[in-house]
Amino acid sequence: MKYAISFIIGSIMSCVATGVAANNLAPDELIRTVSADVVEIVKADKDIQSGNARKAADLVDKKVAPHFDFLRMTRLALGRDWRQASPVQQKALAIEFQTLLVRTYSKALTEYKNQTVDVKPLVLKAEDTDVKVRSEIKQPGAKAIQLDYYLQKSDTGWKVYDIEVAGISLVTNYRESFATEVRNSGIDGLIKVLQTKNKSTETVAVKK
Amino acid sequence: MKTISVRFKSGAMLLLTVLVTAGCATSSGSEKDPLEGYNRAMFAFNDGLDKVILKPVAKGYDAVLPTPVRTGVTNFFGNIADLFIGVNNLLQGKVSTGAGDLGRVAVNTTVGLLGVFDVASSMGLEKHDEDFGQTFGRWGVGSGAYFVVPLFGPRTVRDTAGLVLDVAADPVGYIDHIPTRNTLLAVRVVNDRADLLPADKVIEEAALDKYSYVRDAYLQHRRSVIYDGNPPRKAEFE
Repeated sequence: MKYAISFIIGSIMSCVATGVAANNLAPDELIRTVSADVVEIVKADKDIQSGNARKAADLVDKKVAPHFDFLRMTRLALGRDWRQASPVQQKALAIEFQTLLVRTYSKALTEYKNQTVDVKPLVLKAEDTDVKVRSEIKQPGAKAIQLDYYLQKSDTGWKVYDIEVAGISLVTNYRESFATEVRNSGIDGLIKVLQTKNKSTETVAVKK
Repeated sequence: MKTISVRFKSGAMLLLTVLVTAGCATSSGSEKDPLEGYNRAMFAFNDGLDKVILKPVAKGYDAVLPTPVRTGVTNFFGNIADLFIGVNNLLQGKVSTGAGDLGRVAVNTTVGLLGVFDVASSMGLEKHDEDFGQTFGRWGVGSGAYFVVPLFGPRTVRDTAGLVLDVAADPVGYIDHIPTRNTLLAVRVVNDRADLLPADKVIEEAALDKYSYVRDAYLQHRRSVIYDGNPPRKAEFE
């Protein structure tokens, strides 16, 4: 078990976020600003450090979520099955998946506190619309954890549509279990599983 | 020399068990996870053992030791690990990276007081992560089926073979003074486990089905490390 889960390390400390108009920031700048922002808030907030899930979720919701494209994330996680879902089902899936991802982040925020984030500079060409920003989470006594963001350009700035922690995509890691669920009990079955999961976790939900 | 052959023998036994079990348990599971029936059972067994024994000990250990001491212990074992990380990099033909790893060992063992302080990192000698499984992967050996090894947890058939060599090569195993050796082995297991306590909670939060979440994460991660963090991105079927 021990080595097995080491890489899942959700050092999401460095999640993207920023309150101010980040719309025209370059992707790496966006990640850098937001990471610094979030790390600073967590460092100053004793409640979050001691595991206040509610506060952590609020932080993620306010600072991070606006820079994520949850619809695309959901589509990615569903893969081929996305097309067989009705628009209503698609919306329900996206809402539930967003809740799940935001909670996972919030959890990571409260669990990991002693890291520093180093966002690598990106050479951005004018015609680029889809980029990967690399960063590293440095922690005392261990190899730095690689944390990569995939972003797509949109009218409202660059949006993150996938994150890889140590090579593990937090989005596509669900693909297999989603597919199994859909195969066994259909799209509605998957929605139900997600709803149950979101309700079962004792932390308070993160709805706007 | 005798110890080496004994250890290879026990390693070979493990490998044999793996192959035999793998051969028997082909009835259930998907193409991606042909041994799923066996794997789930072993995963549950490992998980149960962890919950009852290892995790409580790791929690106590984590609560008692101050962070600088924890870091020192992690560094100490990390330094020991760097030796074969270097060897594996050399085996993969990454000469300068491997030389860097061996340089880390030289610096940290001396200036870093037997590895307790990771002086090498502050000198710009980066720490890496390699093992025999990755070396086999780099040489082009296919991963084989996903396989949950008793006590050790998620592997593939290839990585299980790598694990046998990792264990056989482990310098701690060659310490002649048995009480010292056993203490070090035990502390290392507990320390490693304690390092992972935060990850537990994140996984609990994230996973719909812990078994498949951990499996898919393991497979993705291994694919990534074999390419040293730069695997070709898989096609998205959107």
